[in-house]
Amino acid sequence: MSGSGDIDGWVGRSVPRKDGVAKVTGQARYVDDITMPHMLYGVTVRSSVPRGRIKAIHYSDKIPWEQFTIVTAANIPGENVIYLLMGDQPCLASRVINHSQEPIVLLAHSDKNLLEAARGGVTIEVEPEPGVFSIEDSLEQKEIVWGSDNILKQYHMNKGDVDSVWPSADFVVEGEYRTGAQEQLYIENNGMIATASPAEGVTVWGSMQCPYYVQKALMRLFALPAEKVRVVAAVTGGGFGGKEEYPSMIAGHAALLAWKSGRPVKMIYDRAEDMAATTKRHPSRTRHRTAVSRDGKLLGMDIEFTLDGGAYATLSAVVLSRGTIHAAGPYRCPNVRVHARAVATNYPPHGAFRGFGAPQSIFALERHLNKVAAVVGLPPEELRRRNFLHQGDLTSTGQEVREPVDLEGLLDRAFSATDYRAKVQSFARSNIGSRIKRGIGFATFMHGAGFTGSGEEYLASIVGVEATADGGAKILVAATEMGQGSSTTLAQIAADALGISFDRVTVAEQDTANVPNSGPTVASRTCMVVGKLVETAALALKAKVAEAGIAGDFSTASAAYIKIHGPLRHFAKYAAPPGIHWDDQSYQGDAYGAYAWAVYVAEVAVDTLTYEASVTDFVALQEVGRVIHPRVAAGQIEGGVAQGIGYALYENVQWKDGRMANNQMTNYIMPTAADVPPIRVLFAETPYAYGPGGAKGIGELPIDGPAPAIANALENALGVPFDEIPATPEKIMTAVRGAR
Amino acid sequence: MRKELVDLSINGRRHELAVEPNRTLLDVLREDLRLTGTKCGCDDSSCGACTVVVDGQPMLSCLLLAVSYQDSQIQTIESLATQGELGALQRGFVQEGGSQCGFCTPGMVMSLHTLLESTADPTEEEVRAAISGNICRCTGYMQICRAVRHAVAEIREEEIREKERLHA
Ligand code: FES
Ligand code: FES
Repeated sequence: MSGSGDIDGWVGRSVPRKDGVAKVTGQARYVDDITMPHMLYGVTVRSSVPRGRIKAIHYSDKIPWEQFTIVTAANIPGENVIYLLMGDQPCLASRVINHSQEPIVLLAHSDKNLLEAARGGVTIEVEPEPGVFSIEDSLEQKEIVWGSDNILKQYHMNKGDVDSVWPSADFVVEGEYRTGAQEQLYIENNGMIATASPAEGVTVWGSMQCPYYVQKALMRLFALPAEKVRVVAAVTGGGFGGKEEYPSMIAGHAALLAWKSGRPVKMIYDRAEDMAATTKRHPSRTRHRTAVSRDGKLLGMDIEFTLDGGAYATLSAVVLSRGTIHAAGPYRCPNVRVHARAVATNYPPHGAFRGFGAPQSIFALERHLNKVAAVVGLPPEELRRRNFLHQGDLTSTGQEVREPVDLEGLLDRAFSATDYRAKVQSFARSNIGSRIKRGIGFATFMHGAGFTGSGEEYLASIVGVEATADGGAKILVAATEMGQGSSTTLAQIAADALGISFDRVTVAEQDTANVPNSGPTVASRTCMVVGKLVETAALALKAKVAEAGIAGDFSTASAAYIKIHGPLRHFAKYAAPPGIHWDDQSYQGDAYGAYAWAVYVAEVAVDTLTYEASVTDFVALQEVGRVIHPRVAAGQIEGGVAQGIGYALYENVQWKDGRMANNQMTNYIMPTAADVPPIRVLFAETPYAYGPGGAKGIGELPIDGPAPAIANALENALGVPFDEIPATPEKIMTAVRGAR
Repeated sequence: MRKELVDLSINGRRHELAVEPNRTLLDVLREDLRLTGTKCGCDDSSCGACTVVVDGQPMLSCLLLAVSYQDSQIQTIESLATQGELGALQRGFVQEGGSQCGFCTPGMVMSLHTLLESTADPTEEEVRAAISGNICRCTGYMQICRAVRHAVAEIREEEIREKERLHA
């Protein structure tokens, strides 16, 4: 696999990952593997009550405090805020406490053991106030804990006139569905190292998805211009959204300690702190009211979608947006209304997690459609078949489906791969009198790739490609490699655009001092949006060389160009595909440049003595445009499905007085190798005209389907509905006993 | 706390160093010896990222006190590639995508390395059982299982070639 001018190209091949060797030899350097001379360690003293007012901070006289660096809100040089979309979240609480993990005091010392003792030597005296701990209490305004009405954000999405359809409907079907919080549980905890001084500015190295988010937050916190704040992503041990916003907080804390002490400060969370204090997936409640005709046509969908945002706004507005747009699924319905709200509570802020609001609203819809099908008297697949979107139809945001889409074909293929129909019948027979009840269920869904609506235009991402003196090329992007394979897939795209070997393409370290702002590493946008820009920049680079009239393949010609003209690089800036319009007011228009389409089928077995459920087979079939790297793509799907299995059955965040009570890996149960069945990943490839090499986004899609498919399979196995996840053994027991 | 002089055998080399008796093997490897390939992912011995091989057995180094393993042979991820040449299992991981974010990988590889030492051709169940204490959040475990199969096939081919060489 060497040499240039490879006829078949690099896209579409499972080349060895760029980061493979470093990771299997233990040479990859994560933040905790980095040390600096004279480095101190930092820890955080947090609130223990979920809501109240700080009266005083007491420092035990048993601790030699003069040896420690102590930072409170008073030591912040700029604004006391972790800025993202809004400025409501303080970096360090000074008066008001809004959740149980609110950071209040920071300590640094060179000895970790002394530091732990010192953390215990700080007492925060608080006058507690009553908090709000459920969506209902927040909506009823039991206490006002945020703004004037507890509403962090709301949207009204309207297509057609849903109120006109109730009288003419043959059936009106209602339902309520709930999902719990979920911990990202990247295996590498959050961590940062910072150096900082008024003269040099601030530099941080750490585990993160979005170097430029961290930079933006630090600029406000320290009142420094961009050129004085440098952010470098270390090798990042998983993110899944959990390292989208929180790294700004921990970077701020480490940098404040470094600023005051004049020494490098390393701050690494342990698992318990990471699970208790950092963001999780938003818990949700969705209410559906659906008008349907006798022959199973969806006439109107009225959806109330509510997320628990926790104590601060963070990313709730955009999570809510994605959930809203996905709430009516890949179905054709002339009248759709979604009233979506993110409400404040006194839990630590919820935030980004793979799927970003869509898994919640898709769970509700795919459960609800099974209920609708039962009322109409159709099999669940037949109801969906009668309502699938086709090319030319309008989605719930009024977006015309421009690409060909064949959900019927996907459904047929997924059913034949699982032998779905035969299994429905054979399970019904074999379950009679059996202790183990088996069931099969499915979900059909879509996932939009890239930022919502006008988001990509606001981001205005920039990507660079630079020719190297040895005839290779270097990609300059802020997209971090957190395991999803971006350093490999982006290099494949560039190699094909330039017509050089994959081995000659490298990806520069994500250092804000060296790479342009190609936007955050989120929203399944890296391959599709950033990748397209890499392709554009690479093609422009090639054109530059051709214009200079230098003959030969790119490697030879670019090396010659550099000798004559100096550096050869090109920066490409995002431009929306033609004909894309979005109206933020009515929430109508082209919500996403492209959608991936999927049918997931799950088979479950439930032991009716222990009420334990397990997934025994799983088929994930999706249309994601052209697949750039089949093995990386399959790995993304398999990993996402495993997380989805955890979300559906095992992962249960237990809250007690506003804090996570099971914040350890021993009591927060997530799937092990023994719990995950063989996952069969299938692709249908329809190249997308505006993606690099025809690719669409893929990273988030696989978390959307497993939970509803599994809940539908549980219903099939046990004959009772499962409208709330996780379906833990306790919940299964309650459902089964309640039905007797 | 008073330090004790310990003599540890790691990756075939002896290291004499002074450590506090309460230090874990994980901390000594990472901080004192700068063998940072071994990772820490939890505080309650439940993730497996810190797995090393002690006298042929996979062990959680975050649970072991360094002072107690002076008579043991300790093997870490850093030992598996010889002179820059990856071992068969490591090659399998690279080929099959067994490593995504890579944070679970060193521990995973050490658990599986021990499995392959004792079981030349493990079944899928045996592979999954061997890593049931190693949590991976990225892969869904499929490509890790494939990595093992890849390694097994490669080792077998190498053995056949070796036999043929001897015959010839
Ligand atoms: S660090 Fe998690 S088991 Fe040792
Ligand atoms: S590869 Fe990321 S945890 Fe396993």
